[in-house]
Amino acid sequence: MFKIQVASLKAAAVAATLLFAGPALAAEGHGPQIPDAGFSFARLFGTYDRAAAQRGFQVYKEVCSNCHSMRQMYYRNLTELGLSADQVRNIAASFQITDGPNDEGAMFERAGRVSDHFRRPFPNDNAARSANGGALPPDLSVITKARENGANYLYALLTGYRDAPAGVTVMEGMHYNEYFPGHQIAMGPPLSDGQVDFGAGVPNTVEAMARDVTTFMAWASEPELETRRAMGVKILIFLSILGVLAYLTKRRIWADAH
Amino acid sequence: MAGGLHDSQFTNPVVRWIDQRMPVFTMVQKEYGVFPTPRNFNYFWNFGALAMINLVIMIVTGIVLAMHYTPHVTMAFDSVERIMRDVNFGWLIRYAHANGASMFFIVVYVHIWRGMYYGSFKAPRELLWMLGVAIFLLMMATAFMGYVLPWGQMSFWGATVITNLFSAIPVVGDTIVTYLWGGFSVDNPTLNRFFSLHYLLPFVITGVVFLHIAALHITGSNNPLGIEPKGPQDTLPFHPYYTIKDSVGIVVYLMVFAALVFFAPNYLGHADNYIPANPMVTPPHIVPEWYFLPFYAILRAVPDKLGGVLLMGGSIVLLFFLPWLDSSKVRSLRFRPISRILFLLWTVNFFVLMWCGGKPAEQPYVLISQISTLLYFAYFLVALPLLGRFERTLPLPESISVAVLGKKAHGGGHSGGGPLPGGATAKPMEKA
Repeated sequence: MFKIQVASLKAAAVAATLLFAGPALAAEGHGPQIPDAGFSFARLFGTYDRAAAQRGFQVYKEVCSNCHSMRQMYYRNLTELGLSADQVRNIAASFQITDGPNDEGAMFERAGRVSDHFRRPFPNDNAARSANGGALPPDLSVITKARENGANYLYALLTGYRDAPAGVTVMEGMHYNEYFPGHQIAMGPPLSDGQVDFGAGVPNTVEAMARDVTTFMAWASEPELETRRAMGVKILIFLSILGVLAYLTKRRIWADAH
Repeated sequence: MAGGLHDSQFTNPVVRWIDQRMPVFTMVQKEYGVFPTPRNFNYFWNFGALAMINLVIMIVTGIVLAMHYTPHVTMAFDSVERIMRDVNFGWLIRYAHANGASMFFIVVYVHIWRGMYYGSFKAPRELLWMLGVAIFLLMMATAFMGYVLPWGQMSFWGATVITNLFSAIPVVGDTIVTYLWGGFSVDNPTLNRFFSLHYLLPFVITGVVFLHIAALHITGSNNPLGIEPKGPQDTLPFHPYYTIKDSVGIVVYLMVFAALVFFAPNYLGHADNYIPANPMVTPPHIVPEWYFLPFYAILRAVPDKLGGVLLMGGSIVLLFFLPWLDSSKVRSLRFRPISRILFLLWTVNFFVLMWCGGKPAEQPYVLISQISTLLYFAYFLVALPLLGRFERTLPLPESISVAVLGKKAHGGGHSGGGPLPGGATAKPMEKA
């Protein structure tokens, strides 16, 4: 009896530490409340919607990638989204990649290969700033990990463009967004209804595209998420059984000691 | 001792051959096999073993990470992401290492708390305690430098804020900061030396841990009653009784650890640290990792920079003097009713400080931090010395065995030296 009390006390101590740490970290959060967009992968044992992520890649390719790099990503990674090796090869080949220097010391253009990083829209940050009115479009490789409540935030941001409320002056070259900290964002509304064609019958409203591209970004940020959770379940089941056995062994050994 | 050989008790010919020439097996048997351990440990006594396991996990995962990590300002961030994506099980190794630091502090905080509650720091265990405080300080330095290595925004700005604290030291402060930085701002030389030291310090910790354990094995362990064992009836051999009890704790610990690593690996981290370091952009709130928050709150509670640094340093250095600040001869707070309540309040106050440390430096958090800081120090510098002198303590039990087993086991008819202690001590020897 006493031992169980102490064990629960210990568990409570650990839990208390974690609980206290949580709100402390949440203190960083600022700006408006981000609504829960209810993504499948946000659930404890959730997985990515592959079809949505594939459509999301199409949105990234046709829209976002004009300004935003994803420098951690390789074309080969796309096979994990369920695209075939041939499809990925064709996608990579559709990009012209600067390679070199060749034997003569010159840089040259060639068709992309699956082993290439996603092509960057700008050769360097200065070029990116120069083309975007001084603002640097952030790299999107780990974007949902790099923002509090990342996926919900990204979805809210993409669907959060509004007319500025009365009395708010939006600066030259800026746009009003309900969810961006400070509400003034340099990026114009990136999506408009019907902008990307997914084929007949597949919805391509701003909300649908934002949901798709957010799924893609979340996958790109945490490609290990599904493997991680599946392994976690196995390990916790294993540890539970081991724990019961250890506890029973402990009871047996201690039976003569008190 | 024929021919200068150690008189080994082991019968296995290989073990015996080695043990005669270098009695490591005898030593392990003595220190971890038959080592007489108070029979009344509760599960709080798991946390020393847990800390040891945690240290090993940190060193093993850390060595693997260092094989793939690049300590350079232009490559560090990407090399960490590459570990997450392209190294086999790299995400597991990195998340285990990052969350392992949090687990290490949880375990060590509970271990320290247990030492304070049950008076484990008191004579004759003062040096054992002080070595422990030294380990805690080394851990803080190691954790801080480790957090800098991914070279995200919080890495960079955390390093800037913390290293700048040293500039508050009169006369030599700026020179110290220049040496810490290896230049005139946090930059590549800083990252390089932090990587080097982050790799070195865990082995220094390991060394001090060995001293900590060596000192423990001279004095023996304290126990929840805080009274010394008076004979074999008060102790059990470490193995199998506490090896199995520690095993139960280790599994529970691993479950908490696994829950974090597999289901919430970034819960205790900061999103800002997934943004590559940028010296031109300061994050809105620079917050240290959760385990530094109480001390960060003390730092910010003082409007004066040097004062804040001294108080923050003092809040930990004070622990070295705990054995002399608390002069009561009674160790366990079970028998010190007033001290017990005050210590539990001090514990709550520690969490209040932790909470304040995560809040922005504005009212009412600054005021709460100041009151909490005052209470933190008042407990050590006012309450403990007075309590040691004036508190009326409860009567201590006659012995551990009397308290645990009741009167009848002690000198009662069916005991007679006891089937328990005698049998218990003999048992592990049969294994050899």
